[in-house]
Amino acid sequence: MIISFLHTFGVWLAAFLTLAIMSFLYKDNVVYKLAEYLYVGVSAGFWLIYVLFFDVKPMIVDTWMNNTGIDRYMLIIPIVLGILMLTRMVPSISYLSRIAIAFTMGISAGLGVMGAIYGMILPQVKATMLPLNNIDNLLIIIGVICTIVYFYFSKEHKGIIGGTAKIGIVYVMIAFGAAFGYTVMARISLLIGRAYFLFHDWLGII
Amino acid sequence: MTEKERGATFLEKLNNLDRRIIFVLVFCLVSLPMILKLPSQVTISPEVKKAYDYIEALPEHSIVMFSVDYDATSMPEIQPMALAMMRHAFSRNLKIILTGQIAIGMPLGTQAMEETAAVYGKKYGVDYINLGYRPGYQAVIVAMGREFRDLFANDYRGTPIDNYPMMKGVHNYGNLGCVVVLAHGGTVENWIQYAQSRFGVKLIIGTTAVGAPDYYSYLQAEQLVGLLGGMRGAAEYETLVKAPGLGLLAMAPQSWVHMAILGLILLGNVTFFLVKRKAKKVEQK
Repeated sequence: MIISFLHTFGVWLAAFLTLAIMSFLYKDNVVYKLAEYLYVGVSAGFWLIYVLFFDVKPMIVDTWMNNTGIDRYMLIIPIVLGILMLTRMVPSISYLSRIAIAFTMGISAGLGVMGAIYGMILPQVKATMLPLNNIDNLLIIIGVICTIVYFYFSKEHKGIIGGTAKIGIVYVMIAFGAAFGYTVMARISLLIGRAYFLFHDWLGII
Repeated sequence: MTEKERGATFLEKLNNLDRRIIFVLVFCLVSLPMILKLPSQVTISPEVKKAYDYIEALPEHSIVMFSVDYDATSMPEIQPMALAMMRHAFSRNLKIILTGQIAIGMPLGTQAMEETAAVYGKKYGVDYINLGYRPGYQAVIVAMGREFRDLFANDYRGTPIDNYPMMKGVHNYGNLGCVVVLAHGGTVENWIQYAQSRFGVKLIIGTTAVGAPDYYSYLQAEQLVGLLGGMRGAAEYETLVKAPGLGLLAMAPQSWVHMAILGLILLGNVTFFLVKRKAKKVEQK
């Protein structure tokens, strides 16, 4: 009974908020603002609770309680770094947060460099070294070379370089066109999702 | 007012069409095909077929990891993929590990998994498990390549994962059949760069239509097993697993709206040039 009531209440609330957000299409208004602020607030609150219970509790509190010796005391390092990060909120000692930021930057840079080389550059270069035995491979190789030339700015785009760059811009435009087409599909999908919710879950007509 | 002037006014009005009229038109074109349940034909693209075939070929009881890297903002596109792919996995008696890189998206993944598990009578801890979320993106992906327990000693309910039968002997990516990444953002690149290139993980990507074009180069480089892009990708997978859902229902509205957008682009350009030509003629006179 209670679950059924809560479900119905949830559907009506979601329908109201959906219509409130859509009302912006007519013009900015108070109901839209209410829904917008509610979304931001609920998201932030939800994220905070999730991080506390799925990150801080299991990885700090539980690990501290369940371990002894070096495994326990190793936790002091991330705890201290975490506290240092929070010093940003106190202007007089906010410089201390740089230590924690430097630590995360170092990790990100280290992982990023290796990831980019082994995960992107090398496999992508390898995938471009294709035999010229069919039209697809030919188009890929021409596209890669011409697009790279288009983004080569150390020499004026004249003569062969200018001609190659022009072919490159055609490839770039085709890529933009494909991306734009996909973007239209994505945005319409979001509207379809909401319309489906209104007609199926709320009104029950489909 | 002469007829010519009336024509010019009409053209100008058309050229500066109130956007709210377009909004109403689009909403009608989305709603009507859905309410009338108009059919739409879906052809299966090679990248979706590859994803399907890979899961189809996995031996029974293999483990598929689903990473929920999306949230409510891309739910209409990715949730139908999650449902269709989980249905496929459970129907083939594969086991599922659920995890995620986006905290506020985890309930969506959990909902999809619980829903499909109930359909196939699957048991928690035996056939599927929810590890929950850990922050850290790249660091989490790399750490899971070593040992899941380093990050997920307990599942999302707080129970040690060693208490569950399906996690016995499961330590890292080497014990998985593949990883399905359902993402709406940059985490896809993280999975490719760290899980695929470093640990040789077989990746299937399900992403939004906005993101899909970026990942075709990885597909061509055989860094991905398969790719599902947007609602169309979901519709194709629903067709393959014979489980019609929102993806298939959405194809008719998608087609109608796309045709309308093409018409409006054409109309906008034609009226723009006609108005310009008319203004030029008036100036010449």
